[in-house]
Amino acid sequence: MANYAWPSRDEAQVIGKKTSRLDGVAKSTGTAKYTYDVNLKGQLIAKALGCPHAHCRITKIDTSPALRVPGVVHVEVLRDAGSEIEWQGEILAVVAAETEGAAAEGVKAIRVEYEPLDVFVKDYDLEAAERAGRTSSGGGRVQTEREPGPNDDEDKFADAEIERLLKASKYVVEGFYGIDPITHCCLEPHGSTVEFKDGKLLAYLSTQNVSGTDDGFARDLNLTASDVEVRCDYIGGGFGSKFAPDYWGVAAARISQKTGRPVKFMLDRDLELKLAGNRPSAYLKVRVGADENGVIQVWDSHHWGTGGATGGAVSQNVVPYVLVPKNYRRRVTNIKTNAAPARAWRAPNHPQACAISQTVIDDLARVMGKDSYDVFLANLVNATNGKADVYREQMRIAAELMGWKEKYHLHGKGPRNGSIVEGLGMALHTWGGAANNSSCTLRIRPDGSVESWCGTQDLGTGTRTVCAMVLAETFGLSPADVRVNIGSSKYPVSGASGGSTTVGGVSESHRRAAQDALEKLFALVAPKLEAQAEQLEAVGGRIRVKGAPQRSISWKEACALLGDMPLEVTQSYRSGTPSPLSSSQVAGVQMAHVAVDLETGVVRMKKFVAVQDQGLVINPKTCASQIYGGVCMGIAGALFEQRIMDPETGAFVNCELSDYRLPRLGDVGEIIVHLYEPDSERQRGVVGNGEPPVISPIAAISNAICNATGVRVPVAPYTPQRVLEALQRRA
Amino acid sequence: MRRQLELVVNGEARRLELEDQRSLLSVLRDDLGLYGAKYGCGEGHCGACTVLVDGVPRRSCTTQVGTVAGKEITTVEGLEHDGKLHPVQQAFLEEEAFQCGYCTCGMIMGACGLLRRNPRPTAAQIRTFLDGHLCRCGTYQRIVAAVQRASRLLQGAQP
Repeated sequence: MANYAWPSRDEAQVIGKKTSRLDGVAKSTGTAKYTYDVNLKGQLIAKALGCPHAHCRITKIDTSPALRVPGVVHVEVLRDAGSEIEWQGEILAVVAAETEGAAAEGVKAIRVEYEPLDVFVKDYDLEAAERAGRTSSGGGRVQTEREPGPNDDEDKFADAEIERLLKASKYVVEGFYGIDPITHCCLEPHGSTVEFKDGKLLAYLSTQNVSGTDDGFARDLNLTASDVEVRCDYIGGGFGSKFAPDYWGVAAARISQKTGRPVKFMLDRDLELKLAGNRPSAYLKVRVGADENGVIQVWDSHHWGTGGATGGAVSQNVVPYVLVPKNYRRRVTNIKTNAAPARAWRAPNHPQACAISQTVIDDLARVMGKDSYDVFLANLVNATNGKADVYREQMRIAAELMGWKEKYHLHGKGPRNGSIVEGLGMALHTWGGAANNSSCTLRIRPDGSVESWCGTQDLGTGTRTVCAMVLAETFGLSPADVRVNIGSSKYPVSGASGGSTTVGGVSESHRRAAQDALEKLFALVAPKLEAQAEQLEAVGGRIRVKGAPQRSISWKEACALLGDMPLEVTQSYRSGTPSPLSSSQVAGVQMAHVAVDLETGVVRMKKFVAVQDQGLVINPKTCASQIYGGVCMGIAGALFEQRIMDPETGAFVNCELSDYRLPRLGDVGEIIVHLYEPDSERQRGVVGNGEPPVISPIAAISNAICNATGVRVPVAPYTPQRVLEALQRRA
Repeated sequence: MRRQLELVVNGEARRLELEDQRSLLSVLRDDLGLYGAKYGCGEGHCGACTVLVDGVPRRSCTTQVGTVAGKEITTVEGLEHDGKLHPVQQAFLEEEAFQCGYCTCGMIMGACGLLRRNPRPTAAQIRTFLDGHLCRCGTYQRIVAAVQRASRLLQGAQP
């Protein structure tokens, strides 16, 4: 077995070099086929009837008028009379027709009668939720340096100890902070085109989980997972919402099974927003006490929020976020609302936890009349992830890139230019990003061609390119010399792309397979070069003797030694196995510079700096792209995005892109990305970075607004209306 | 109303019998097999379906096919010439101005429309002109750089 390792920074020929993505041409010429682009011969088009009510019982459903619509072939009822529906948009029936128009007409023709039930969507209002009986405990934890005595009541001791610590604190901050739910809003909606034929199902599915969705189809259709193939070559966004076939994908498969026709079923935009993924809200009341240096000594919080009809607020484990004092008490209340269940949203829990707890640190700086940077710096002693030194260095770099020292002023004390004030804010974050399970089969043919197969997927993160770069690096070739096959459940199993686990997983499996294959090739080449296999290296399209580069043969000549039998290797990496190739736990620091119009409440992004550690960087080009993207999504959550529900009816009122605000080109300002990769981090191996950069922006922007105006706008998104309300409260 | 329409798509005249109220997007995709223009929102707000009609960017999802009969329709598939990428496509590649790529073809067509009208746009003009395009992955900064690079390429200058 090979000695798995990465080449040093000096030795690396491919990894660490800015490499254009291999699918770039396909994406810029329209030849990249997304699920939405798959049309199969003889297919039916399916459309859904979504429930118009947020909470009701179906008393009657009659699909016969739909079946009389010309072109309608089949109506699949998903929710019968008697069913309780708990969120607007829930799919009641699916109509499959010869054309999209006929399917839409069929949906309109279905007659449903409903019995309305009580609706609750005011997740921000804890008292109202309690009155409505919509709350449940989400747990909590108390930790204090002083332990209760054997005869002490633990709750009373905690009460007394927290009060004592607050009283002993030089500075106390008490506040309310929050963040509303947002949706995933993938530009390519969820959906599939499926074909059931000869007892087998072929499913083109827009998915982040090619290897893990076949069994979801199989279970419902009474097939084995081996009877199902899931394919996804290109996907128009997932962000944590596309891990499963979903019940609408299964419905399409069922219709195909029943009608013997392929079925295409992509969600319309409104259902995409209503059903296909949202991020839980979080609202927090907190008191903190800090010493004379601004180091928080005690934290006492209660937060609540909703993951929709299944409850589920932000986990208590990440509050307070990263910087956790020695004394704290935290508790969580889950609220059940009439909204579709939340799904994993890029960096689950972390953006909310960061937004509701690192704003507190900035308010502490405001109360102290000190520079936020210094207060964050002082609180690094409370970093619980062992990354204080990394944060310190990242803060230094970020501050330099931002021009923090030159620009900073105390909260609300900056110059006013007409109605405009400017401010700076920062936040920091952490994430795991450990490698997921991944397998790779690699074939080297005697003609020198190299091909790999792996059941992973490329969400636009650059996974294909990373796979090719790792193989090319190992074989001394260029990425264009290798053919990478991904996107089918029939390929060797690889984990879902979630939690920043893909780059580590595929780097592991591809590097391992390639190093194993190379070792075998070296054994064939060694006698030719009159050397030992261990003395050989693959560089620049040749296999040569280390230290004697003139003793070499070309890659093609070497592969010809295989005779007529290709060399095939399969290697796997099991998540959690210690490895020199990958690692976990990253740190990042971000800083925002905003301008706020005191008359209109409009916040404009001027500049944003992101300094991010992700261990060893395989492709700086796609790696930086993830950070730009994460920052933009963070800006979206800070200033624009908001799921707005009618408090009385529970209707999702901005479920179209005309009303669901997302930032546009002119809304994000200048973004500076710094890949933090000193030797100390590079030697840790690969760590994923899809999640981390999306965590800090909301807190950093909130802090920048507060720095500009001297006022905390408590709940994200920081819309003009909310900014003006906060300013008026101060006035 | 169903009628015979002549569509000139990427320089090629096609006679088709169509409902003239259908969206141009659905005709391009479902009848002509041109998938570069994408469905994003179906109401003209995301820009993923953008094509050029007589050189001007149009949202194909809200354009009735009957209104563009006889006009010059250009989709992203029509940009390549002699097997070479259009400078805007080349610039998007070089600047890596996309992630998932779902918005990319529409964004490229929007950029082509801008550069026809204004061959040397400033960054601010690019942001304003392409304001109707959404990129959920957040590659905006690189998109602006790509359009600037394309502008230089089209001028024959070094990018």
